[in-house]
Amino acid sequence: MSTTLSPERGVDLDAPPEQGPGRGRGSWRHNWLGGLAGWLWLVVVVVPIYWIVVTSLKSRTIYYQENPFAPPTEPTLENYQSVIESDFARYFLNSVVVTLGAVLPAVLVSFMAAYAIVRGGAASRFLRGVNVLFLMGLAIPLQAVIIPVYLIIIRLHMYDSLLAIILPSIAFAVPLSVLVLANFIRDVPKELFESMRMDGATEWRTLWSLAFPLTRPALVTVSIYNGLTIWNGFLLPLILTQSPEQRTLPLALWTFQGEYGVNVPAVLASVVLATLPIVVLYALGRRQLLSGLTVGFGR
Amino acid sequence: MTGLAPPAVRVRPPTTPAGGRGGSLAWMALPALAVFVAFGLIPLFGVLALSFTEWDGIGDIHPAGLDSWRAVLTDPGLPHALWVTFLVMALSWAFQTPASLLIGVFLAGRQRYREILAVLYFIPLLLSSAALAITYKALLDPNFGIGPGLGIPLLAQDWLGSANLALGVVVFVVSWQFIPFHALIYQGGVRQIPVALYEAAQIDGAGRLRQFFSITLPQLKYTVITSSTLMVVGSLTFFDLIFVLTEGGPGDATRVLALDMYKRGFQANLMGPASAIAVILVLVGLALALLLRRLGGRDASASQMEGM
Repeated sequence: MSTTLSPERGVDLDAPPEQGPGRGRGSWRHNWLGGLAGWLWLVVVVVPIYWIVVTSLKSRTIYYQENPFAPPTEPTLENYQSVIESDFARYFLNSVVVTLGAVLPAVLVSFMAAYAIVRGGAASRFLRGVNVLFLMGLAIPLQAVIIPVYLIIIRLHMYDSLLAIILPSIAFAVPLSVLVLANFIRDVPKELFESMRMDGATEWRTLWSLAFPLTRPALVTVSIYNGLTIWNGFLLPLILTQSPEQRTLPLALWTFQGEYGVNVPAVLASVVLATLPIVVLYALGRRQLLSGLTVGFGR
Repeated sequence: MTGLAPPAVRVRPPTTPAGGRGGSLAWMALPALAVFVAFGLIPLFGVLALSFTEWDGIGDIHPAGLDSWRAVLTDPGLPHALWVTFLVMALSWAFQTPASLLIGVFLAGRQRYREILAVLYFIPLLLSSAALAITYKALLDPNFGIGPGLGIPLLAQDWLGSANLALGVVVFVVSWQFIPFHALIYQGGVRQIPVALYEAAQIDGAGRLRQFFSITLPQLKYTVITSSTLMVVGSLTFFDLIFVLTEGGPGDATRVLALDMYKRGFQANLMGPASAIAVILVLVGLALALLLRRLGGRDASASQMEGM
């Protein structure tokens, strides 16, 4: 069916022959409406992305003369150069510091909490309470509490520092991380925990030598998801920092646009540079990320 | 990124028998608890407290009774912001749901090229809202964007300069980013539908459309509710995108609740009224989440068994 609708011939060759009652496969054969939507959406997604990349490689003068979708006749990296010269490295480094500085502790403390909730929840009312608290925490939107967070950061004399972004980021990463990790730890066969206990291992040792390696896929998922959220975070840096020295990438993009104004190619080069690390991460951990994003949904 | 609502998530009760060992474990939860309480829970109560005070964001905080609430509730800006928030929510829901449903059904097929498509669909979700907003701002610029570049007057409109168009652009950009995510949820849902249902329908001579409306759609009921909850509650928190794209403008055409709060608090330095708006934001979010949960809460097994 989609053969007739597909604009690219090469891609269709990858499709396995449509036969046999493979799960779900045979039933979708003549779904032309879905196929139309699917290919249409591909165009809607790819065209702006193509435009971003192509334009970022054009010189400013050429951009205003040519068809905006034409591939660059003389590709140039001058836009990238001027973006990098505008202190981009510093903003990039700030984003790396904030992201790693928030994701590593967030995942670590969430993992410990998840382990405690799974292993001790039955016996401890306190841990059950903590679990309920984190579940409710999923419903707190960051925007709604930003004013008190701002007040707390000021009172702690942390305003305009990277730590000011890191601490609330950890707090808002904890609820979902605990939920996902706890679901994974529950899937570890109880016999394994039992045998660790028989061998006289402490909970602390069991946590690291049994639960940690077995939960590694979930830990990667949660790290990537949190990393994506924090890398792209805009509100916390906007409210909690002020000086250019503490600027993270999303905020820098926004100010770039203010500075460069109509220099569209340079603005788009900054978009590409800011997104590149995430795309690399996506390429490396795509499966983990996708399964992570849908954990608990649509099951 | 996405507003995550409580009803979307399944909770399994703790099952592990750990007789009496809870105490030795409890401390492991303390670091996570401490940081969550400090920057999540306390601010939640803090925002309620601050809504009864007067504060300019820099100086001292003074108690002000109901002043902020009175100011906010009598300001015509509030119903307007609520209305815009509702419009963005309703329009983005109405656009995203059918589109992600269709794409999700399409993606549920296991052909390899569809998997490749899914990889590409996902790219918008990787961009930050700020990057997305400045990209579309440049793309739609009436003087330097693609409209004049291609010489198509229809595309060369002042997209962000007219109230209705700007709202439309916001809805489109939101959909551009989030449809793949919801399509993925639907894909998961469709793959759970037993193939036997379709085989039976085929034997009965039901056509494709008939199969879609009598099997796929009813079977996806809970997926629709999950996805809708995420969309609706998440739409309350579109801040970055609208802030960078339109700053609430033109005029206050795209001034949603979250933006209204920011502008009152951090631009007009009226933290009291801004906190009151934030409290309203939380209440609206909770009400919507509970409402959607109620919609889907009953007869949990009924539709699953339909046609079996």
